[in-house]
Amino acid sequence: MTNWTSDQPIVSINNVRKSFGALEVLKGVSMNIMKGEVICIIGPSGSGKSTLIRCINALNSIQGGSITVEGQEVHDEDLDKLELRKKVGMVFQQYNLFPHKTAIENVMMAPLKVLKQNRSDVEKLARELLKKVRLEGKENSYPGELSGGQQQRVAIARSLAMSPDVMLFDEVTAALDPETVKEVLFTIKDLAAEGMTCILVTHEMGFAREVADHIYFTDRGVIVEHGPPDTFFDKAKDPRTREFLNQIL
Amino acid sequence: MATKSIPGFYDSGQTDLPVLKPFSPQGYAYDEMYFVRWLAGIQLKYVAIVVLLWPAIAFAKSGSYGMSGAFAALWRWIPFITFEGFFFNVLISIFSMAIGTFFGAVLGLSQLSNVPLVRRTAYVFTQLFRNSPWLVILFVVLLAFPFEITVFGLIIPIPGWVKAVIGLSLPVMANISEIVRGAVNSVPSAQWEASESLAFNRTQTMWQIILPQCFKRMIPPWMNWYAILTMATPLCSLLGVGEIITYSRQAMEAEDNYTELLVPFYGYALMLFFFYCYPIARFTIALEKRFIVKL
Repeated sequence: MTNWTSDQPIVSINNVRKSFGALEVLKGVSMNIMKGEVICIIGPSGSGKSTLIRCINALNSIQGGSITVEGQEVHDEDLDKLELRKKVGMVFQQYNLFPHKTAIENVMMAPLKVLKQNRSDVEKLARELLKKVRLEGKENSYPGELSGGQQQRVAIARSLAMSPDVMLFDEVTAALDPETVKEVLFTIKDLAAEGMTCILVTHEMGFAREVADHIYFTDRGVIVEHGPPDTFFDKAKDPRTREFLNQIL
Repeated sequence: MATKSIPGFYDSGQTDLPVLKPFSPQGYAYDEMYFVRWLAGIQLKYVAIVVLLWPAIAFAKSGSYGMSGAFAALWRWIPFITFEGFFFNVLISIFSMAIGTFFGAVLGLSQLSNVPLVRRTAYVFTQLFRNSPWLVILFVVLLAFPFEITVFGLIIPIPGWVKAVIGLSLPVMANISEIVRGAVNSVPSAQWEASESLAFNRTQTMWQIILPQCFKRMIPPWMNWYAILTMATPLCSLLGVGEIITYSRQAMEAEDNYTELLVPFYGYALMLFFFYCYPIARFTIALEKRFIVKL
């Protein structure tokens, strides 16, 4: 299973089913993501978008189908979840920074404690990453002293510090005000431009159109429609997609 | 103002419609710091009144021995019951707290284990010692432990106060276990998810991320239990352990057991406990207020 080459999908989702008790939230979802691709998953609340990307790094388990990351089956009993999570970074809607650590410590935690890297190297890396997300000078601020947008950018830097191959963004701008949304979106756009594979769940349609290579629209646990942004936004075929887009745009 | 009064706010308001009264969780939620909160809330003027009033009543009722004689007796015995008696109460409380804290932390973390057997065993131990009468636990320990143990031919005696320490540390352990469990559970689950997604394993998440966040939260309830424990140390006198109440009783016997002796001697013991625990309670409440602001 490890004979994965970069011309194969880096993340491959096949007919995934997921239920919470009697409630089936994913009813056979499939998608393939190539290395360096940016894909956006959009859809109404409760359509299973967040659940889907939480399955990719095994935060949620699935009841059917398969998800592979670099050819490795994610929902295998014997899988080393920690190895998987070193390859797949995740950013959350509510930032989830460690409140007892400063910005730079938040970024340094995982490489230091999980990868057991040398402290001075990690500190250098953390400073570079904070510079990259435009937070120079905020290294020693605690999360409580930062704005939502700043916290979210620290969270992005924290994920990047593990040098993941794939980044998952779970509605990362949903808790932010319109002004600070921009800061975070710029950061993600930079990442995408550098060739990072990104899977985003988002409600920012303009942004999705601008950065995404491919857009998926989910509703009630299935993918209703997908396609490149221009086709998707201008020539949506499915009436449900059109209805959703009309409400949003 | 009558014309501008807001019904139900400035006056009681009248309606025959069903209304929801304002709900305050205080008074309903279990307060894990009820004891120090009560103790810290005692106003010193009331303490002063009791300290003055009680001997006054005793004076009024005094018999042939006379209250001044009783207080003179107390004065003679104060060094003994303080430095040989109360000293042991403090010693027992400190040792019990140390042992109880250590094993309570272990038990509390075991209650959070993801191995079902460990978790359930820890739960049973916690509930057993948390809900048993302290005196029963003390007697069981007293009778279950030998007077001396032999290690490689060496006979080591176990004095009564050591058994008292062990006996008192058990209920403390169980309550500390609950404090640890509650504090860890009070950290939002999003913190677990965030560290899991950064490839932290369970142990690393617990020690690097979760425990440092809730350590401060554990200190005030932990001190609450220290105050409760200290107040409970006179239970040891029933085991014959030399501590303030045991020695006060012996002193009163030496003074021929006049009833006038009760108020000075037991009053003195009460005062010692109060003035030892009251600052602890005040400090605990102050700490709680300081920690509550910071998330």
